[in-house]
Amino acid sequence: MAFLEIDQISHDYFTKETATNAIKGVSLNIDEGEFISFLGPSGCGKTTLLSIIAGLLAPTTGKVALKGKKITEPDTQIGYMLQQDYLFPWKTIEENTLLGLRLTKQLNSDNKEYTLALLDQMGLLDVKDSYPSQLSGGMRQRVALVRTLATKPELLLLDEPFSALDYQTKLKLEDLVFETLKNHKKTALLVTHDIGEAIAMSDRIVLFSTRPGKIQRVFDVSESLRSIKPFQARNDSDFSILFQTIWKELNELENKSSQ
Amino acid sequence: MKTKAVNESHANFLAQIKKEKRLMRFWQIMIFILFFALWELAGRLNWIDPLLFSFPSKIWNLMLDKLADGSLLIHVSVTLIETILGFILGTLLGTILATILWWSRLLSKILDPYLVVLNSMPKVALGPIIIVALGPSYGSIIAMGITISVIITTIVVYTAFREVEPNYIKVVKTFGGNKQQTFKEVVLPASFPTIISTLKVNVGLSWVGVIVGEFLVSKQGLGYMIIYGFQVFNFTLVLLSLVIIAVLSAVMYNAVEWLERKLIKH
Repeated sequence: MAFLEIDQISHDYFTKETATNAIKGVSLNIDEGEFISFLGPSGCGKTTLLSIIAGLLAPTTGKVALKGKKITEPDTQIGYMLQQDYLFPWKTIEENTLLGLRLTKQLNSDNKEYTLALLDQMGLLDVKDSYPSQLSGGMRQRVALVRTLATKPELLLLDEPFSALDYQTKLKLEDLVFETLKNHKKTALLVTHDIGEAIAMSDRIVLFSTRPGKIQRVFDVSESLRSIKPFQARNDSDFSILFQTIWKELNELENKSSQ
Repeated sequence: MKTKAVNESHANFLAQIKKEKRLMRFWQIMIFILFFALWELAGRLNWIDPLLFSFPSKIWNLMLDKLADGSLLIHVSVTLIETILGFILGTLLGTILATILWWSRLLSKILDPYLVVLNSMPKVALGPIIIVALGPSYGSIIAMGITISVIITTIVVYTAFREVEPNYIKVVKTFGGNKQQTFKEVVLPASFPTIISTLKVNVGLSWVGVIVGEFLVSKQGLGYMIIYGFQVFNFTLVLLSLVIIAVLSAVMYNAVEWLERKLIKH
């Protein structure tokens, strides 16, 4: 039994005028500790699939199971990171990071200490009494990471968490997230449209085709690339080979859909 | 060398701001003094009818008389309590109604046309009915103050609830937060600035409701002073009431602004 089982997921969106088939027959098994990227053009249903896995959205057909248990609603074992930090501007950094613990009624001194230790690891302990507006974009996304990790989820869902950041901050944060997740032995699912980011961070890359979204191909990242940090991986010779392969596949997909 | 130049230009910049502020204050005070001086002069020299428009020194003397016999203090405190209760209860009730509408999308859709009609209706027109129903007492005057502000508060606060960034709500949902937690953690705090600003609007609205209520009940308060002054043709009394209302509503408005600074720190 795999850690996360995605079994024949399909999803349709309805409006008054149209019914859109967003995802069609997606199946995938993910092992514990794996880092998987969902790569694909916009509109391929990656984010929809992530919402289904998070239990925020019920699929039209199919099911998702975490450690054999079917997911029907948000679960404390699953953490979700959004495209932007969405820290609450009226709460201090510390209060923001404790949000998940408060909502799940797990706020005790042990968990609070754990959260403060996480803030310390990210170099954010001295800004814990500041408000989000006083922090830079990179710092804010680091706070959002602490907020997600504070409830000790086993599976992390990352919905393009670096897309709103400038390039330099993004590279630094990729390394930080990569190392943090490896250290805490978390399983992670990253949604992205950045080929380089997918290769640098993940163990496997799932390429989606668009309208309706379905799995086109799964790429395995070589052992040597997996073992090094994202920033180093970007300079590895294996990186450019895989990049070219995925690039070609993506282009073919686009040509096919434009015909 | 460079830092010295920067410091100097920064000091110039600060001096500029200070100068502008002083100029602003000067003219604000000047307009105040000029207005009252001109009024006094125009009244004394019969440029305007002093029976109708009175003049400041006459109003001032009347105020001292009324203060001495103790009647002014009673009228002022009655009106002040009614107004404060009116605008606090109006805002509170409006926020509660907005919460109920937020809770049930269907209910809000059903009630939408009724809210629009109620909002465009002149609420003071309900005055006679309220007074007959609740009796000619403080209660019905406060009810007037509430009635006039509650519908607009409901509409404005409900709109603010609806416009809360959906991704903040998504954050709460990813942690398995329920509807009650979503409201308490996100929707209400995110709408706090709007609630405070309706408080500011309601200060003005409640004064209207309370003064009209006192016109109708005609027992006590600044509204009663105005209607009494009108009936006995003592317009100095009417103007005294107006000046006091102006001062009190300015004080209340500033109190709300102070509250705003205290509550909204980020």
